Parts: sequence; C-alpha cells; structure tokens
Amino acid sequence: MSGVSNVSMSDVQGELEWRRLDPRMLLIGPLHDLLRFAIPLALLFLGRGAAGDHWPTLIAAAVVVAFGMSRWFTTRYRISASQVEFRTGLLRRRSITVPLDRIRTVDVSARALHRLLGVATVSMGTGRRDRAKKDELHLAAVSIAEATKLRSELLHRRDVIVAAESGTGAIGSIDGGGQFVAAAADAPPIVRPVQTIVHLDPSWVRYAPFTTSGLFTLLAVIGFSTQYISEYHVDPSRIGPVHAATQDLSRLPRPLLAGSVLVGVLVVVAVLSTAGYLLAFWGFTLERHPEGFLQIQRGLLTRRLVSIEERRLRGVEVSEPILLRSVRGARTIAIATGLRVGRGSDRGGELLLPPAPRSQAHRVAAAVLRVGDPTTLPLIEHGRRARTRRYTRSIGVSLALVAGLLLLNLWGALPSWPWLTALVLIPVAALLARDRYRNLGHTMTELYLVSRVGSLARRTSALQRTGIIGWRIRESFFQRRVGLVTLMATTAGGRGRYSVPDIEIGEAVQLASAATPGLLVPFLAEAPAAVR
Amino acid sequence: MTEAPPPGPVDRLGDRLRRPKHQVNRRAVAYWTVRAAAGWIVVLGVLSVITVGASPRPAWLVVALVSAFGVALAHLLVMPRWRYAVHRWETTDEAVYTQSGWLRQERRIAPISRIQTVDTDRGIFERMFGLSNLTVTTASAHGPLKIDGLDQETALRLAAELTASTAASEQDAT
Repeated sequence: MSGVSNVSMSDVQGELEWRRLDPRMLLIGPLHDLLRFAIPLALLFLGRGAAGDHWPTLIAAAVVVAFGMSRWFTTRYRISASQVEFRTGLLRRRSITVPLDRIRTVDVSARALHRLLGVATVSMGTGRRDRAKKDELHLAAVSIAEATKLRSELLHRRDVIVAAESGTGAIGSIDGGGQFVAAAADAPPIVRPVQTIVHLDPSWVRYAPFTTSGLFTLLAVIGFSTQYISEYHVDPSRIGPVHAATQDLSRLPRPLLAGSVLVGVLVVVAVLSTAGYLLAFWGFTLERHPEGFLQIQRGLLTRRLVSIEERRLRGVEVSEPILLRSVRGARTIAIATGLRVGRGSDRGGELLLPPAPRSQAHRVAAAVLRVGDPTTLPLIEHGRRARTRRYTRSIGVSLALVAGLLLLNLWGALPSWPWLTALVLIPVAALLARDRYRNLGHTMTELYLVSRVGSLARRTSALQRTGIIGWRIRESFFQRRVGLVTLMATTAGGRGRYSVPDIEIGEAVQLASAATPGLLVPFLAEAPAAVR
Repeated sequence: MTEAPPPGPVDRLGDRLRRPKHQVNRRAVAYWTVRAAAGWIVVLGVLSVITVGASPRPAWLVVALVSAFGVALAHLLVMPRWRYAVHRWETTDEAVYTQSGWLRQERRIAPISRIQTVDTDRGIFERMFGLSNLTVTTASAHGPLKIDGLDQETALRLAAELTASTAASEQDAT
C-alpha cells in the first residue's frame, strides 16, 4: 500500500529534530510584508520624504524587512508519530501542539511569488471552531518537495502507525469509512490508482458571468476608490478622460443614460466574474487518492491544493443560486468536519466543483459520496399547508411593504409612485412562493438525509445519517397553529445544520427517529411503537 | 429503514415526541421578568426623555410612548409565565433533551456521545435569584443546548453528571 512507501519506519520512531521553513522565506517574508505595508510606507514617504526627510521611511522599511526575515528564524516545527509541534513569534512566542488525528485538512497553496521561487504555503486545519485564527497552523514557506512530504506525513501517517502497531509487517490502509483494512503480509499489495473525479472543462467558463463574484469585486473596487478619492482629495472631474466621458454621458437623455450605465455595469461585472473564475478555478481537478482523501487542485496564478480526508466527509451539497440556475448551472460543496462553509482561511476549501453544468454537479456529488445518487432522488413534497405558508409569507411581506409605503404616502411623507411601484412585488412574491414550494422537499435513504430548500439560492444537501450529531425541532407561532415544524439536523461540518422546513410534526419526528435509530426513543410518547 | 417514509402527513401513535420531564425552577419567572424589565427600562427611558424634551410635542410621539408602555407591560406579564410553561429539560444515559422559547419554541436533542463541552454560567440577574444556566455544546456550530433558569445546585450536579458521562465516551464527537 502506498501509505507505507511514503514514510519509512525510522520516521515513525524518531526524527524529532526541529525543522525550519525554507531559506527562501528570507526573501519572500520581507517582500510580502513590504507589500502588506505598502500603503502606510507610501504615505510615510509622501508625507516626510517629500520634505526631504527620507530617514523615517527607510527606518520603517528596514523594520518591516527585519520583521519579515525574523519569521524564518523564529518559526520551527516538528512532527512526531502522534503530534505536530509548532513554534513561532518574535515578541510573543507561540507554541502549538496538535495531535495528528485532529488535523482534518491540509491546504497547500502557492501565490505567484511563491510559485516563481518554487515554494508553497502549508495550512493545517484543525477544525476547532471557536478560535479560528489562534489554532491555525500555518507554514509560510516550505519547498514544494517538503510540502508534498508534509502532506503525506500528516494525512497518511496514521496508516503507517496502524500498520506498524498491528505487527508482523501487515500492510493496510484506512478505508473510506475509517476502518482499518489489513492485508496479509504475503499477499501482493493492491495498488489502487488515483482516480480523477472531475477535471475542469474550459468551456464551463460560460457559467462565470452568471455568478455574483464579479459584483463583489466591482463593489470592492468602488469602495476602495471612493475612499481613496475622499482621503487624498482627488477630484475625479479634473482627470482628463473621466471629465470627457462624463461630459459625453451627461448629454444623453435620461432613460438612455440609465440604460447605458446599466449595460456598462453588467458588462464590467461579467468580465470581472469571468476573470475571477479563470484565476480561481483554472485547471480545477478533483481526485480521489487511494490513501483515503480527496484532493483538489486549482488556480491560475495562485495554485491551491486542498486535501479533504474522506473520513471527515459528512455529505455534499449542490448549490444553485438563481442566476446560475437560470442557465442550468450548479456548484458542488463538500460537507466535511473541519471545513465550515465560507469561514476563515478555509474559505473556498470545501468547493468540490466550481460553477459547471448541473448534471456535472450531481455527478460529482454522487462520485464523491461513492454510494447512490442522493442529490437527484425524487423528493417527498411537504403538502398543502407548507405550500400555503410559502405564499402567505412571501406575499405577506410584500403586502406589508406596500401598506407601509401607502401609509407614508397618505401621511404626506412620500409621493405616490413608491407604493405603486411596490405593487409589482406582489406578483413577483407569488412567483417566488411558487418556486420555493416546488423546490421544497426531503427524503431519506439508507445512508443519507436529503433536503432541498430555497429559491434565490436553491440548495440540495445530502447529509450522512451517521454524521448527524443532534436535532432541533423549531416551531414558530404560525407554524404551531398549522401543525408544522422546521426540522434541523446538526452536524460538525459545512453549515452546521441542515433544515427540512415546514414538515408536518409527526412526519418530522418519524424522520428524525428513523435517521438516527434509538436517539429519540426515550422521548417518544409510545416508545416501543416507534422503532420500526 | 431502507425506504423513505411514505408521503403525506403521518400521525401514528408513537411518533409523538413528548415533552422533556423536568420543569425549570419557579424563580425563573422572576428572573426572566427582571431581565426583560432591564431592557425595557432603557427603551422606555430613552423614549420618555425624547417625549418630555420635545418642545412642540407631536401627538404621535405621545401615542408611541403610551403604546410602548402597554407593550412592555404585556411582555413582562405574559412572556415569563409562558416561558415557564414551555422551558423543560431531561437527560438520559444516551441523550440530552431540552425545550425552550415562548412564541417560537424549539426542542433540541443531542446524544451524550457527541457532547464536547458542558458549562454553567451565572449572570448578575441569575445570581440575584440563585439560578444558573447550563450550556451543552456539540461539534456543530448550530447545536448548543442551553437550559435557562436552573437552580444553582441542580445546574452543578447536572454539569458534573454530564461531564462524567461525556468523558466516558472515547471519541472526538464529530
């Protein structure tokens, strides 16, 4: 088994000397820190340097460079058979020890500068949720070879240990379910090949304009430039081309102006989204390695390599924001312990497939889970009362808005067009409610609890029943009146909880007790009847 | 259980979740009243100052103040008693089960084997009434079970029991 070939037996026992980062860190550290402090340094230069006094800038730069270099001297780590020790910090010394089996993810990434110099950053996710930053083990620069070695040491060492402990040279591996599978010593080792689950098809970039990432980039740029303008008292109308453009635009009639601005924004957003897609997802590859982990590689300039242990996997989610859904696109996200959706440095680490055709998203979901095709199963509808609630909720909110605007109009605080315009919301709300009900559904298989919710962001989640670590049954005042509840399965990864909204109470209890046999039994009114 | 449950409402006997066994301490009613009153005092205080201070005093401001007092009074009278009727808890060897809320109610169940931490905590108002709350967390960011309004003794005993039975299960609870 390849787990053994990666690390020799002597590594298991000894090798406890401290290791340092790659010496190239002495170059990268200061450069990154200079970049990080570029703005304050530039301000200092403009402020004092302009008056002929260059010393403060030079001293500040020297401090930054020294600090950047100090990280090579102060950072050490070592990996023993059972734990990782990590020491860092110049003024405040930090020493972290993490048991190997608490390391859930290893994320190797290389920014453009790193790639140029042939080094990479290694982050180890421990999945502790309360103190995201403090528990982070982060090696700022190690050689590519060392990064690869580290990754296999951290993720597969356990196999070796288990193999060593099970004696008589037995070879084995941890399979997908976390069970140790021993192979007889004399049997030829079975070499399972690395399996490529998906490789990005460049034509999928056509889905990029239907994501909102470009919009956020645009907003960030606008925010940054307005701050820049106000801080440095730059008058944009004095800049030649800007002046000419505004002059030309202001001659246009109003509706045409609004139209062209809208088109312009849409084009810019589409271009930015496409660029962002290419930067982040170029060469996206999802592989299953026989040692029991999934590996994701992606990125054009910054190469990112994420490994997710399969035993940490608790399910998958197929996510379809409405724009993407309108062109039959979808993304796939892993539900894994230690990988919280959209949090901290793990951000984006859970992505199993960037925006791509929906059929691909479901195929990847099924391939990752190995069993069945849970995200495309026919779902159980939630019935008439759930449908009514979808309508009363969405139409109710828009009616309240219209009524509020109407009142303000009657009071004389507003003209009449706001509430008349708001009337449009009512049919929109009805359409939304219709779609929300259509999407709503759940089902259960031998292994998974499947739920689909939402309209603007439709999500289909398949959560392993064994990954459910608790239940929440919530009923609002209005739900209680119609006998519906929102059932939530809590889990250690992903979004933390996966909901089945507006399910009939009896059905909710039945579903929960069937999904986690035994857990609810002591709390059921007629206990023995429930376990079937 | 290989088959998904049949569609449509199912309301068989035995698929009903009963309430947790134990009610919280009766003093919790007073605690909830005082805690809510503290919040209301701030709101009503600010509103009163504005109303008294406004030199042309518009009628709607007075109406708003009076109705705010009405809402506060109703809230202080209804909420604590309603909560007391709802808030319940129960622990077995396998699981912790809580029920809380008033307008919006929620039941939470977590297996003992998945518990990560057990804390008791006493705020200033809780100390006034000799109460304590107990929080049980799991590895889910959305799964803590909180029991409000336990008397100090019960809270400590419960925490000790839960900690002991959690320590007995050797897993990383994810």
